[in-house]
Amino acid sequence: MNSSVIVFPGSNCDRDIAVALEKLQFKNKMIWHKETKLPKSDLIVVPGGFSYGDYLRSGAIAGKSLIINEVIKAANEGCLVLGICNGFQILTETGLLRGALLRNKNLKFINKDINIKVINNDTKFSNKYKKNQILRINIAHNEGNYFTNPDHLKELTNENLIAFKYCNKNGDVNKDSNPNGSLENIAGIFNSKKNILGMMPHPERMVDNLISNTDGINLFSSLLN
Amino acid sequence: MRLISAKQPRLSLRKNKLKFSVTVTLKKDVLDPQGKVVQNTLQNLGMDNLKSIRQGKYFEIELNDNDQNKAEKKVNDMCKKLLANLIIEDYKVTKI
Repeated sequence: MNSSVIVFPGSNCDRDIAVALEKLQFKNKMIWHKETKLPKSDLIVVPGGFSYGDYLRSGAIAGKSLIINEVIKAANEGCLVLGICNGFQILTETGLLRGALLRNKNLKFINKDINIKVINNDTKFSNKYKKNQILRINIAHNEGNYFTNPDHLKELTNENLIAFKYCNKNGDVNKDSNPNGSLENIAGIFNSKKNILGMMPHPERMVDNLISNTDGINLFSSLLN
Repeated sequence: MRLISAKQPRLSLRKNKLKFSVTVTLKKDVLDPQGKVVQNTLQNLGMDNLKSIRQGKYFEIELNDNDQNKAEKKVNDMCKKLLANLIIEDYKVTKI
């Protein structure tokens, strides 16, 4: 499977995601943001970190960059697109995913391991997980507070487009298990065709027991399935 | 010699210049934690008749144009395309 990781000035999870992909035998290429052509890819990853200093709003400038036009084109043709953290913010700024990511409710940058629950496991990104499986996964963000309008929120629920929700270790989804004020504890969403996933947590940081755990690995192995 | 040639285009620009201000604020139903903290702090300073504060962004934009309608349309376009995220923000354009 061919993958492309987009690299912006400020991206800092691009190497981690490349290591995760290569571990699973993806043939990966790193694509600099000034490129105007994407190699033929089955998966495009918009990685975490920062982009263009995140001036104006997180992901706003990257959302209008040269390479992003190619990402939009490929996504509309059905290519799988994964946006993690800043990548999720960028995808919402392009309009590929609806909604927006606001400043964390407590105004703090949060970097810690939390729990998320797999809400929809019937997609290209999540088929190796069990429904309602609880994953221990790292978050590291300042703007992860997902917001959207009430109609879209209904659509997300009714069409099963919520990928992950923040929960506690028992799987309870409530105010106490919500780290950033996200609507309905949403940690990740799909577009309506389910070929695009945006998520704030970092699965690429959870692929090796030596440094963390392997709860993120099934996201990548699902893609190969 | 160089100074003079650099000044000339600037003078001609000044003739056809329009200036606008753009204010971008979070929509009413979007939580503004920064505004809330500023509000609480001002209240702690004794501003007890303070009702609410919403924090926003301010831009000053100059255009090389003398057609105000056209220029205003362009500034609105800038807001929609980049300056504001209409899912969470409102904007207001004012001629200055």
